[in-house]
Amino acid sequence: MEELVNLFHGFAVALQPYNMMLMIIGITLGVIIGVLPGLGGANGVAILLPLTFSMPPTSAIIMLSCIYWGALFGGAITSILFNIPGEPWSVATTFDGYPMAQQGRPGEALTAAFTSSFVGALFAVIMITLVAPLVAGFALRFGPAEKFAVYFLAFCSFVGLSKEPPFKTIAAMMMGFALAAVGLDSITGQLRLTFGVTELLNGFDFLIAVIGLFGIGEILLTMEEGLAFRGGNASINLRVVLQTWRGLPAYWMTSLRSCLIGCWMGVTPAGATPASFMSYGIAKRLARRGNNFGKGEIEGVIAPETAAHAAGTSALLPMLSLGVPGSPTAAVLLGGLLIWGLQPGPMLFVEQKEFVWGLIASMYLGNLAGLIVVLTCVPIFAAILRVPFGIIAPLILVLCAIGAYSVHNSTFDVMLMLVFGVLGYLLKKCNYPLAPLVLAIVLGDKAEEAFRQSLLGSQGSLGVFFSNGLVSTIMALGLVALFWSAIQEGYSRLRTSLA
Amino acid sequence: MTERSGSESGPAHRTVEIGIALLIGVFGLVVIFGSLKAGINWGAEGPRAGFFPFYVGAVIVAASAINLWHTQRGNDGRLFAEWGQLRQVMSVVVPTGIYVGSMPFAGLYVASMVFIAWFMRWLGGYRWLTVVAVAVGMPVVTYLVFERWFLVPLPKGPLEEWLGL
Repeated sequence: MEELVNLFHGFAVALQPYNMMLMIIGITLGVIIGVLPGLGGANGVAILLPLTFSMPPTSAIIMLSCIYWGALFGGAITSILFNIPGEPWSVATTFDGYPMAQQGRPGEALTAAFTSSFVGALFAVIMITLVAPLVAGFALRFGPAEKFAVYFLAFCSFVGLSKEPPFKTIAAMMMGFALAAVGLDSITGQLRLTFGVTELLNGFDFLIAVIGLFGIGEILLTMEEGLAFRGGNASINLRVVLQTWRGLPAYWMTSLRSCLIGCWMGVTPAGATPASFMSYGIAKRLARRGNNFGKGEIEGVIAPETAAHAAGTSALLPMLSLGVPGSPTAAVLLGGLLIWGLQPGPMLFVEQKEFVWGLIASMYLGNLAGLIVVLTCVPIFAAILRVPFGIIAPLILVLCAIGAYSVHNSTFDVMLMLVFGVLGYLLKKCNYPLAPLVLAIVLGDKAEEAFRQSLLGSQGSLGVFFSNGLVSTIMALGLVALFWSAIQEGYSRLRTSLA
Repeated sequence: MTERSGSESGPAHRTVEIGIALLIGVFGLVVIFGSLKAGINWGAEGPRAGFFPFYVGAVIVAASAINLWHTQRGNDGRLFAEWGQLRQVMSVVVPTGIYVGSMPFAGLYVASMVFIAWFMRWLGGYRWLTVVAVAVGMPVVTYLVFERWFLVPLPKGPLEEWLGL
């Protein structure tokens, strides 16, 4: 009941005209970011983060999270109209969305995609409203060992659930931890790994890494592929929307399933991309018209979009309640919290009620506003895509440079951004996942602190991580996640040998 | 090491992959070395500064050794990219490097103008009118949005000083 009261207070905050304006600005910017190649949710939010330094934190998070929702919506537009996924999580949407557009049903595909996105997000927000306070309350009892165990679980699930080879995931993740360790050690106050370079005293800022890895890296990949747009016209009118909406309830089972997959994958830091693929795959296997998938089946648009948006939204649940972001974009938002002077984690729910519930309320409103904005403005956003890459690319590069500079007012950071960009291009081409790298840079210090504090309490014995039921359970789950692919392989071998 | 596939050639995927694995391994060694310098044992206040990064470095070296081994085993003859594609990539990386390197001296606005103009004219092949419009327009909009509206200062060079901005 108390949550309900809090939520209403949150709505009162989110409905203030200033915040509503930021919401609409955020959604619009977000869709543009999602539509443009090289600008994704994570680095788009990172570039715009400096603009919020002077805003009140609640307004800032409302605008930035709305950019995130906008980017999630925007990814679908390019996938369906141009067969170019604007975001990694909308790759699965191209499978059936683009054929539908080619068959002259772009309006239907877009309406289905946007509506499913909205349904997925709504499901995830309701889950956050109900579950987040419980998780946060539970997490208030965590000591350093439990905290480290949660980080351990988060990073192990990356290794187990990632599509990329496990040792590449581990290598990328550990590079992130190493980069996070550079500079002043927060416990002893000693300098480490700087090798006498004064610019490294404060360590590597993950915002620079995000802008470089995702922004510059993505531009370089796009340059290599050479962009040629051959997209159809986008026209949505009310008749098509209503007609499509009338047909959608028939797929309620697919939607519900995709929502659950999305929430699960979003809370564990697997993220929106695997969620969308998984949801598409399962829908294809279970659908009555499964054979028709890939040829323009509306269910093949509903499944990945619902899951991606549910995952993207629920990635904020662990970010808010535990201080462990579920996706790179959630990590950037978490970085924002630190900059605005808020300590992410369970204490937020006690100390910053207005902030937390304002954000949650804005998630309801933001996604509703997003749905309306994208449905009404698709032709405008599609027109942005027709601006040739030769103009868009230098502008994005300049924007990235501005974003990287304004984090710390340092031109050294801008050079660092380019280095990260080239690195991101190479790593991406060699199948090293970038998300765990970024998350490790964000969480490295906190994970290390929890680790060292636990060891300090136990006089250096690793037994502290198995000293009570709670911490042992989390650690055991982490180990299962770490060896998940090996377990799966062993299980399937066992089955074939038994059969 | 180059391999031919069809009419186009380029560096083999395997070569690049090995290079990356080695690079990551060397990075791991640097981390281990730095940690040893910071001290990896227990001090008065518990584990010393190098304690955690030391193990991180060790895992990096081990993981990249395994990745290297995996790469060594399989060779599918795939190309990393064609030379033409790499030239495209370099045609962005090199000017961006110059752009970024000149920023401390020329300031962000002038550097951006030159960079955008260069990119659009030489890579995009646009008319001068379009080029000038975008190359001047973007920094002006940036100035208004960042410095005037949101009060975020950006690096300035001699030109801005002369203009008194």
